[in-house]
Parts: sequence; C-alpha cells; structure tokens
Amino acid sequence: MKYTLSILVENHAGVLSKISGLFSRRAFNIDSLAVGVTNDPNVSRITVVADGDEYVVEQLEKQLNKLIPVIKVKRHTNGDFISRELTLIKVHCPAAKRFEIMKIAELMQAKIVDVSTSTITVEFCNTTEVTKTLVDLLKPYGIRELVSTGTIALEKGASDVTK
Amino acid sequence: MISGAEIMVKCLEAEGVSVVFGYPGAAICPFYDELLNSQIRHILVRQEQNSAHAASGYARASGKPGVCVATSGPGATNLITGIATAYMDSIPIIAITGQVRSDLLGRDVFQEADITGACEPFVKHSYLVNKTSDLPRVFKEAFHIASTGRPGPVLIDIPIDIQQKKIEEFVYPEKVDIIGYKPNTKCHPGQVKKAIELITSSSRPVIVAGGGVLSSGVKLKLVKFAEQTGIPVISTMMGIGVMPSDHELYLGMLGTYGKAAANRSLHQADLVIVCGARLGDRAVAAPDQMSENSKIIHIDIDPAEIGKNVKTTVPIVGDMKNIIDSLIEGTQDYHVSKLWSETLKGWKKELFRKPPVFEGYVEPRAFVGKLSSMLKSKAILVADVGQNQIWCANNFKIREGRFLTTGGMGTMGYSVPAAIGAKLARPTRDVVVVCGDGSFQMSLNELGTIAQNHINVKIIIMRNVRLGMVRELQDNLYGGRYSATFLDETLDFLKIAEAYGIDSAQANSNEEAEAIAEKMIKTDKPFILVCNVSPDTPSI
Repeated sequence: MKYTLSILVENHAGVLSKISGLFSRRAFNIDSLAVGVTNDPNVSRITVVADGDEYVVEQLEKQLNKLIPVIKVKRHTNGDFISRELTLIKVHCPAAKRFEIMKIAELMQAKIVDVSTSTITVEFCNTTEVTKTLVDLLKPYGIRELVSTGTIALEKGASDVTK
Repeated sequence: MISGAEIMVKCLEAEGVSVVFGYPGAAICPFYDELLNSQIRHILVRQEQNSAHAASGYARASGKPGVCVATSGPGATNLITGIATAYMDSIPIIAITGQVRSDLLGRDVFQEADITGACEPFVKHSYLVNKTSDLPRVFKEAFHIASTGRPGPVLIDIPIDIQQKKIEEFVYPEKVDIIGYKPNTKCHPGQVKKAIELITSSSRPVIVAGGGVLSSGVKLKLVKFAEQTGIPVISTMMGIGVMPSDHELYLGMLGTYGKAAANRSLHQADLVIVCGARLGDRAVAAPDQMSENSKIIHIDIDPAEIGKNVKTTVPIVGDMKNIIDSLIEGTQDYHVSKLWSETLKGWKKELFRKPPVFEGYVEPRAFVGKLSSMLKSKAILVADVGQNQIWCANNFKIREGRFLTTGGMGTMGYSVPAAIGAKLARPTRDVVVVCGDGSFQMSLNELGTIAQNHINVKIIIMRNVRLGMVRELQDNLYGGRYSATFLDETLDFLKIAEAYGIDSAQANSNEEAEAIAEKMIKTDKPFILVCNVSPDTPSI
C-alpha cells in the first residue's frame, strides 16, 4: 500500500541527509521524495510517498519524529489531499507524427514546451496515476528522455499540515 | 573578548562538568589550552574509543551526561564505536571533536573526516558548529537533548578557527527552545487508567524491567509496586539491578542467555507489563508468540519503541517516574493469585542448576556469586562482553549497587574504560571489572590511564584462552569447528600488570580466587586478578 507523508523540517544544511539516511538505514522503501521551502523561510516541507504496511508506515512516522530537526509529520489519508508531480517528457517525433502527439497532449491537457525536427517535449503536471496514462499514450512514439519531480501534497479545504 | 575555546570550557563549567575524558590533537588544541585555566579534570585515555566508554561509565554511575573529547579525523573516527555503544544502550554522553578549519572543510585536508556524517546513524543529534557565537546555544541544547527524553549521545564538531575566533561576550542561555524536540514525558491519564484495569483484572501478571527504569531513577518505587501487588519482576540485561537479585519477587534476566524461571514466567503470564525496555531479539527471540499468549502494557519514553518489537494492548508513552505513583495507588487492593506466586517460587527452585566443577580451574559463576557478597552493598560491577557478561548477569547478586554492561551494542573492550568513568563518578564505591582474556586485550592499553591517574578499579580477568562465547556458538551451530577462537596461551597477564606497576595475582581454584579477592578489595590501589577458567565452562 502507498502512503503519502508531509514532513515539516527546520530549513538547515544537512537536514535532508538526516531524513534520507533514516530511510535507507531502517530499510524503508520510498517511491518519491520532494523538498522545498515553505512560506516560512525557516521551514522546509518534504513530501514522501512510501510503500509498506501499517506497521512500516507507523515506524516511519515515529522514527522521523525522533529526528530533532523534524517539526511535524503528517500522514495523509486517501481523498483528503491534493497531490501533484511535474513531468517533462521528450518524445521521438518526426514531422509526420507531430500533429498526432500534439493531439494527445491537448487531450491530456499537457503543454508542449519544446520542439525540434525530430523531438517534441511535453510538460505535464498531475497525479502519479494520470501521468502514467500520458506516458503510456506517448510510449509507442518512443520516449527519448523522461524526468519527473517527486509528488507534492497539500490538504484539501481549510485543514492544514499542523492539524 | 572571549575565544570559542574559552566559551567551550565555560559551557562545560556551566553544565557542572567536573571531569572529561579525551585525547588531544592539532584540531582541538585551542580547547585543550583553555582547559588548563579550568578546574575541570581531564583524564587522558590511551585510545579515543575508550574516552567514549569512560564517559558512558561516568554517565551511568553519576546520572549526569559524560563528556569525551577527541581531535579531528582519526581521533573522531575512533570515537564512533564508543558513541554507537552509548546510542544502543541509551546513555547520555557529549562527544566533542575538533575539526579542520571551516574554510578547508570538504577538501580532504590532513586529518579531515566528516564525523557528523559518519555518526549520523548513531547519535541522538549532532552539530557542526559554523559560528563561534552559536557555541553557547549548541552546548546548552546538546546537554538538554542528551539527558532528556530517551537519553543518548550528542556530537559537537567544532572547526579549529571557530575555537580560535574571539567574540564580544559569553552568555550561557538559561533555557532551550528546540521546536522539533519536545519529548513527551507525561503518561496519558486515560492510558494509565486502562493499564490499571488490565493489571487488576489479570491473574498471572509479570513485570519486565529494562534500562529505562534505571535511567528514570524509579527502581525503589518499582520494588514497592511489585511488593504491594506480588507481581514478579524479570529484567532485561540493561535492567539488571532494578531490584536486589535475591529479592523473592525477582526471577532474573530473561532471554537467550537468561534464567529459565524468567523466560517461563514470560510465556505463562496473562499480562506482561513492559517498563522501559525495547525487548530486543536477545531478550525475546520470538516476540510474536509473546503477544499471542498475553496482553501487553508497554511503558516507554520513546514512542518509536512501542509496537516496534511486540504488539501492545495498552501503550503508554512517558517517563516511568510519572506513572509509577499512579500504578502503586491504583493497585492498592490488588494482589496476584496465590497459585501464581507459588508456581513462580517452585520454578525458581526447580530450574536452578548447580554449575559443574572443573578441577584445577576457577568456576566463574560460583566465584562471581561469592564476589558479590564480599563487596560493599553499593558496589558497581562492570561486565564486558562474551561469556563473562552472562556469568555476571546471572550470578552477580546486586544489592544497592549497579551492574554496568553494554547490553544493546555488545562492544568488547567496554568494561575497563567504563569502570574508569564509573570510579571517577563514584570514588567511594567499589568498582570491579569482570572481563574475559579476549575482551581485556581489546582495551588493556587503558591500564596506562589507570596507573597514571591512580584509579582504584579492580580487574578480574576470566582467562580461558578462548573467545568463549563464539567458541560455544561454534560448538552448538558449526559442529565444533573452531575457527579463530583460540588466544595465545603464552601471554602472561601478570607481567603486563607489572609493566604498568599494577599489583596482580592469579588463581586456579575458587578458594584461591576468593582469598585473593578478599585482599584485593581491602587495598586502595588498582589490582588485576587473573582467574584461570576451563574452556569448557558454559555460558549458562
């Protein structure tokens, strides 16, 4: 089962290595990790998508909480949060295929951000699942390169990470 | 104007530190120079790892964080095993390391090592200080973090230029405010109520006491709780000493190398009250089975320990000292069934095995038992790792004293330096080391520290010319194929003792050993007693 965790940490040098080191030494499997500063410049927010059962994710939360620079750990439950990841996909694209690929991008509400005689680069911002659909649609044309950020997540409605 | 080094010393003074253990080097020289202007006593160890073990022994005997100091690079990396040992055993120590100049960090200059990076998995927290003006806050936080919540080691790495730089003034902060560190020590009243309900409705309860009971300082209250309710107590290795060993309710240590009565009671109990213990694999080999048979109340200051190894019925996060009074009060009308008490008494008797005697050798288990009655009641016994640890854990009779050993990490060579620390913390108490000839040789260089500083510790070497515990393992699991477990028979420990100017003697029987021990205890000088032990003496 997949879990999404939001972790607020002090925005210091070395904090990310403390967090990532914890994952590897406690043998937690991480699907993705994204980090960025919040509206408070002293605080960074890390979003982690982890794979495991209830026992694993509970241990993960507790061990994260033990790290001194960790301010808050919140596990998101299904449906109460919005998640996004940003993906750039460079697709093999001779002139003859350009229209087809542009149509797919339009259908999926992806943006064309770069074009050359033999390639086209698509920018896409959505959930992991929808991104997979787009990638599946583009695969037959030949994906030359794909780069993706980790998932970021935010609570729906008025609730926030501190609650 | 005041230098970083002077600030470091003043911070230690402000924390009430009276002794530090260490080994100098270029990158920590400014601090060592300032130390000459202070009343703080410095004990020069013979290798940095031992400064951390000594700080650990000091911390456990005094109840205050121990401090060790080393230089950058190899000095710092030598500390790692000592820091990791303190981490696994939850002992508060402050490790201070010098570092190369901050503008040279990351360039692989002479004696540079990324010690905060290397120690990451083994410290409760670490600091690489990059501003002299941060030093007071860092020291204040370090002592606070090390000694509160679940205790543990904190590392402070200080580049030499930060030690040299002068700032306007020194103000030691009165309070700490670390946004991400607020250990929960209060026990939730609702959970406490549930625990009391479980206890009062149980018929075969047992208490498992770990090192947390000792670091919380509630052992006398735990005894009161046990006596009032008749609930028997078993301990983990780190918990030995929570109760006098010959108390009728104490069933001994649990686990692979523990007492049969302790293990049996754990498996027959309908309620297990785990107090300040993590129930590692050496204590409970099959934790799943345990929770199948019984309900479990787990009290621990570290929420991550609850549910990690055993499934818990009632988890309680907090300090034992904030719950023990409520437990005593809530169980006033409760007493375990007579049947349970009688059964346990029966097991204690029937499962006691008399050790076999090997002619021409000291029987270590009988001798350790005898030794406990010869020492003062508050004696501190420091056991090393290997068969000697198990002999002591199961046979040394604690009264009001302490049993120090590394139950979590199991670091050979721990005992001699830890005893140095314990003796400096408690100069009026008997401090006795029991180690094997293998573990002794891992830190025999510390005889230099003992001799130079006239530290009155007694060292008993159980000499079987083997790495006994591994050999036993090879007997049981590897068909008796002894690989690398023989030591050199020609080594003369008495000559080593003589070279360091330390008195010594050897014994080939329990009578001899007891006679020498009698004299040894009376002297106010260090002493080494070599007990020749049969290689065939088992651990339990």
